[in-house]
Parts: sequence; structure tokens; C-alpha cells
Amino acid sequence: MGTIDAGGKTFEVDEEGYLVNLSDWNEELAGEIAKAEKIDMTPNHWEVVNFLREYYNEYQIAPAVRVLTKAIGKKLGPEKGSNQYLYELFPYGPAKQACKIAGLPKPTGCV
Amino acid sequence: MLHIVNKSPGERSTLASCLAHARPGHCVLLIEDAVYAATKGHAAGAQVAKALGGGVKVYVLTPDLEARARAGAVAEGVVQVDYRGFVDLVTQNPRVQSWL
Amino acid sequence: MDEAGTVKKFLFVNRKAPYGSVYALEGLEVVLISAAFDQDVGLAFLDDGVYQLAKGQNPKGIETKNFSPTYRALEGYDIEKLYVERESLEARGLTEGDLLVDVQVLGAAEMAALMDEMDVMISF
Repeated sequence: MGTIDAGGKTFEVDEEGYLVNLSDWNEELAGEIAKAEKIDMTPNHWEVVNFLREYYNEYQIAPAVRVLTKAIGKKLGPEKGSNQYLYELFPYGPAKQACKIAGLPKPTGCV
Repeated sequence: MLHIVNKSPGERSTLASCLAHARPGHCVLLIEDAVYAATKGHAAGAQVAKALGGGVKVYVLTPDLEARARAGAVAEGVVQVDYRGFVDLVTQNPRVQSWL
Repeated sequence: MDEAGTVKKFLFVNRKAPYGSVYALEGLEVVLISAAFDQDVGLAFLDDGVYQLAKGQNPKGIETKNFSPTYRALEGYDIEKLYVERESLEARGLTEGDLLVDVQVLGAAEMAALMDEMDVMISF
């Protein structure tokens, strides 16, 4: 267990840095998690993070990378629905980093 | 006497055992997966109806029905209770038997 | 790499109601993980397992996570073969319209024939 600070408040994260309480999430906190991951959030990053949050709201899981890539391609166009695009934004993997920034649990089946 | 059953009749025979031992005036409370027994069209309906006809009072826990999407399908004669009603049943009945 | 290239027919057999035990949720997680292995995966729902797909689940009152929306994500995981046994629905006063995903309803005899075609069956 660890913690992360944002907006003068302290939030719980697990040993890998994932937010413990999904309901704690806000954009400021997301920014702090991104900073810890050494990611400069651009509109393209936010687009993926927001997409993940919508996906989670609808299906109650964080998608596997393959599923995320396909779903993003469907919604945001084929050039964004590629591993290359997502790994450029999140070098350590969209599941590992984007889900973490979106405040979601680690995707099921992600090792 | 209050009897409490928590297993689905599709999974275990605890409901049948309980109903075979429930006497007129007794209360039977269905919780967890046992709530399915008190829903319309369920194969266990005849057993429950027979108990009701024999003067056994049958209750079902609403939060467990809602979790399972069955709150809109409660069988006739079965009374829904919330957690408070659960506590009332326990305090009103001098003895409680759980059919685990 | 012959071994790795072999696609087997898997059937996950779900026979437990949700919430009363952990089987349904655990089974669903195994199915999601199995999707990564590019096998031919189908899901069968029979007996109390048909309740897993009931539309309108709301476990807020029992302070449990509602995992039923995840069944709708299976399509995105390319898991599109969902089989539900007709006799199991009927014994529970349910119809296909009470379910939250599109399924193929099979009679018990057809379900038995389907099981007979499988390479691997995993039960929950």
C-alpha cells in the first residue's frame, strides 16, 4: 500500500500504484499519477484515458490491450487503433499506464 | 420458529428439508440464492405454494432479490422484507433454525 | 510451433447462480483471460447458471460488485458463442427476453451434442 497526493488530499494506491478506490478519481489526481509515470498528458492521452473510463463504466472491467486497441480503432479511427499509437503515448503499455492514470484496476489477464 | 434458507433449490435440497419440517404458524425466510425459490414460474413454486397453503409464512429478502434481478417476479403469497424486517423476524421468533 | 498453432474447442460450463458463491465471477474472469490464447471459446449456461445472464441485476443492497455488465463485453473479446439451455430457463420462469445478451437457446439434447464436440470443458 502507498499513497499519492493531489489537490491537498492523500489517496490510497496499491503496491503497483493503482488507485484503491475508483471513486477517488478526478483529473487532478490523474495528472499526479501521470507525473509519477513520467507522462506528459496531451489531449491524445486524455482521449485514451477518458475512453478507458467510459469502457469501465459500461462493462465494469478494464479491457485487455487487444480489446482496447480494437475498440479505440472503432471509435477514434484506425490510425489511433494501433499498438504503435498507444505505445507511443504510453511507453510502458496502455494497460499498465493508461489504466493506472484512468484510476482503473489492472486489466484482467494482464501479467 | 423462524427457519432461514440460503441455498438455491436448483443447487441443494435444503428448502425441501426445511419445508418438510415447517409447521403451521412457522416463518420461513429465504435469503441469498434461496430467494429464487420464491419467484414466479420457478419449478420450486409448488413446494412453496403448498407450504403457504399449510399455514407457513414465507418471507424473502428484498436486497437479495434485487441483486439477482428478481424483485419484480415474487410469487403470490410471499412477503418481501428488508434487513430491518429480517431483524424483526429474528426478534419476534423465540427460536431460529438455519438450514445450511 | 505446431503445438502453439493448434486451436482447440473450449466450452466453459456455467451452472451456478451469481452472488451466492464466487463461481460465476471466477468463471467469467477465467473466460476473459482465456481470450488471450486465441482458442475457439464458447460459454454454456445451464441450471442456476442461467441466472448469471438475468437482465436488471442490482447488488447494491448486498454491497457486492455488479459484474453482469461484463457479459456484454465478451463480444469485444471475440467470444460470441453463448449457449443457454431451454429447460433451465423454463424451470426458472425465465425467457430469452429476460437475458442481458444475445444467446443461442438450446434444448438439453442439443446441449449434450454440443458438449460432445468439444476438446476441453471447464466447469464453474
